[in-house]
Amino acid sequence: MSPSGAEVIRKIREQVEEVDPAEVSEHLGNGVVLVDVRESEEWDRGHIPGAVHVPRGYLESRVDAAVGDRNKRVILYCASGQRSALAAHTLKELLGYPNVASMTGGITLWKDRGYKVEVPKTLTTEQKERYSRHLLLPEVGTEGQAKLLDAKVLLLGAGGLGAPTALYLAAAGVGKLGIVDDDDVDLTNLQRQVIHTTGRIGTPKVDSAEATIAALNPDVEVVKYPVRLDASNIMEIIDGYDVIVDGVDNFPTRYLLNDATVRLGIPVVSASILGFDGQLAVFKPHDGPCYRCLYPVPPPAELAPSCGANGVLGVLPGTMGMLQATEVIKLVTGIGEPLVGRLLLYEALGATFTELKVRRDPQCPICSRDPSEIADEEMGVFPDYEAFCAAAG
Amino acid sequence: MPLVKIPVVLRQSVGGAKEVDADGGDVGAVLRSLADQHPDLQSQLFGPDGSLNRYVNVYLNDEDVRVLDGLDTTVGESDVLNVLPAMAGG
Repeated sequence: MSPSGAEVIRKIREQVEEVDPAEVSEHLGNGVVLVDVRESEEWDRGHIPGAVHVPRGYLESRVDAAVGDRNKRVILYCASGQRSALAAHTLKELLGYPNVASMTGGITLWKDRGYKVEVPKTLTTEQKERYSRHLLLPEVGTEGQAKLLDAKVLLLGAGGLGAPTALYLAAAGVGKLGIVDDDDVDLTNLQRQVIHTTGRIGTPKVDSAEATIAALNPDVEVVKYPVRLDASNIMEIIDGYDVIVDGVDNFPTRYLLNDATVRLGIPVVSASILGFDGQLAVFKPHDGPCYRCLYPVPPPAELAPSCGANGVLGVLPGTMGMLQATEVIKLVTGIGEPLVGRLLLYEALGATFTELKVRRDPQCPICSRDPSEIADEEMGVFPDYEAFCAAAG
Repeated sequence: MPLVKIPVVLRQSVGGAKEVDADGGDVGAVLRSLADQHPDLQSQLFGPDGSLNRYVNVYLNDEDVRVLDGLDTTVGESDVLNVLPAMAGG
């Protein structure tokens, strides 16, 4: 007579190493890979922090990518310890994993013992469909999309660079987009500032950008700042944002922004454009150089023409804005290698990219200082940058 | 001969070229030779005392010469120098 299902499970469990939740708790983070083999709905209701999710039905096809190195210690868990024992048996006997165990009692016993459980942010049915192409990417997935939906990104300028960047960040589901711009939409903007429309000429750019974003993705909250960023308002505006996208068109604001973000520890994705040329870098305070490390002083006026004076290929801010949006998404989700300590040059006519190294300047007047050593009365106090840049010119 | 890449804002001073050859065994010599050929560059690259203007970044291949030996950094025949002032267009 064939054995019953219960008999098969009992025999398999005898062949699998089982470990107590106390041991799992003790060894978490020490090179042990903890795999939750339950269904997605169970995972969404709460899982052990640091675990990776591979439903048992996808075990054979996805476990290698999730674990990385087969020789690592792999501990599986489910709700009560039964499915994880069967999965551990599969890993050991069919896939040849040498060091596999199943956690006794599953997450039920784990919770009973008072160990921590993490409840992930869940997506609505509509969000799962809207962001499905992100969810299919293992590097983003539900966790990365949830980070995007929780992210607060501030765009300085809804102009050449800010317009395309805002569109793609909104499409990607960045939950809160702040936009600082005190200009109105002008006919000359529309050759490149694709977030605005002919019908909105003469209206504030922040209102125009908000209307386009609202039509594109209702998940995004737009916070409008129809002001010019200056020393009197910068600390109040930028505080609380996770990442800042610098697309401003003048040096005084770029230096001001640098100093304020170094003080507050906010990363800046910075781009600039002129003619057919673009520059891009990520300034992540204290992890890499700041803007002043790269450019200690601004150039004189004759070497710093604006796009209004010099002209710019309409597509160029699109190209550079897309690269900025990509860096923002990488910083928010924690994937890839952000462009920290590197400067990327793009030259459209030759279709060339050049990467240069940017080092931290140990003598940097801003980022060589420990922000915690800056006295309260210094916070938010800036030299007169307009005069500083005018004097340099 | 080393190749010097010219940024947009300086191209007018070199007749519109994106890159030019300039002779010299170190960064200073290459840039001075460039300024000799195109005198408008002299005041854009160098201060009155002959030092490189602080607002001009110069890279030997992919490295900032400020972290090498500055104007004394040795330049090989096949090296590329990138002259790069900050841009603020947005």
